[in-house]
Amino acid sequence: MSIFLNTISRDLKMAIRNPSSFLNPLMFFVISISLFPIAISPEAETLSRMAPGIIWVITMLSVLLSLNTLFHYDFDNGVLEQMIISHHSLSLILLAKTTAHWILSGLPIIILSPFLGMALFLNSESIIILILTLIIATPCLSLIGSIGASLVVGIKNSGMLLSLLILPLYIPILIFATSAISNAQSNLAIDGQLYFLGFFLVASLIITPFLSALSLKISLE
Amino acid sequence: MSKLIVNKLSCQKGYTLLFENLSFEVNSGEVLKVSGANGSGKTSLLRIIAGLSSFESGEIDYDSFNLKSEQYKLDLLYLGHLASLSPELSCLENLKYSSLLGTNSLKNDYSKALKQVGLEKYENDLVGTLSAGQKKRIALSLLFITQSKVWLLDEPFSALDSKAITIIESKIEEHCINGGLCILTTHQECNIKNLKEITL
Repeated sequence: MSIFLNTISRDLKMAIRNPSSFLNPLMFFVISISLFPIAISPEAETLSRMAPGIIWVITMLSVLLSLNTLFHYDFDNGVLEQMIISHHSLSLILLAKTTAHWILSGLPIIILSPFLGMALFLNSESIIILILTLIIATPCLSLIGSIGASLVVGIKNSGMLLSLLILPLYIPILIFATSAISNAQSNLAIDGQLYFLGFFLVASLIITPFLSALSLKISLE
Repeated sequence: MSKLIVNKLSCQKGYTLLFENLSFEVNSGEVLKVSGANGSGKTSLLRIIAGLSSFESGEIDYDSFNLKSEQYKLDLLYLGHLASLSPELSCLENLKYSSLLGTNSLKNDYSKALKQVGLEKYENDLVGTLSAGQKKRIALSLLFITQSKVWLLDEPFSALDSKAITIIESKIEEHCINGGLCILTTHQECNIKNLKEITL
């Protein structure tokens, strides 16, 4: 357990000392969402109808932007090699790194989302559902993303390849998360969508650390 | 008495055969120097023994354990070309994390280890601000706190000054006297007792 906590604190410390690595995707998130009212229409009805889609698509893209840095620095320095030959479980170390990635990418998005939801005229009930979907599903984005990041770690300028690998896996999350918020706006049941997102979270928590470890070993061979 | 046995090892990179039917033994107390021209497969050999790369055919055993066994991983210390240091962390923070990834029983003398390699003044300096030689010294300071028996050192003397090379050589000798074994690659002359040499 000490390796898990130490890896998280190490990654957070490194990110704080090199803030552009996690601030750039967050800036992208805030700026692009705040441009929609200017570009489309300042009308409350139009914006609130589009808000779930806008917020969730931009959330995915900003997480995707930050995924490149997940293993990249440690690969360049040779720390990933030491992680692989360590007697500690590689899956546990990678889970710790993914947790740190979520704290730096998903958590700030959750904290910022109510304000951006208000800017897009979402009502308070929908904002609560938006936060709920983000809490359940942003960890999935980091976890699934870690598989892609570990597969492309040795390839230079792999941003496009990473998007092609990961975005199809993000689509179910996008569908169910946006549908939950739209249903909440129309006062319809949202249990099914939340159950599905919950299933996705549990499944990715169980499976992805092992898959990332396996693909990382292959990438570094 | 530990023993690392490499038997009929062959390695191929792409379409190039790096080495074929390579066999040797390293017993505890011995140092094996692997020499050869650039691109002859020295680093590949060390990465294979560290369990990082795959090989075409052959066997590697350490006291009848295989490369994937927990015991081998506990006994292994591999220092590759890259210093395995994060530029955003201080020398001390880097050393603590590296030792956490390595052997689990430690003496916890991080400051003492940095002093041994002459970096006591730089404990809290970020690694990104140090020179290449100083980074190499931090990486090698791990040798002073590890309890691993098998040391795999890839070019340990590159970027080091003559004083630092002497310190590291005497540390390797001390390690062997205490029952450890060491495989290293270098293009430089080594003044180490019990040195065996193979050329790829």
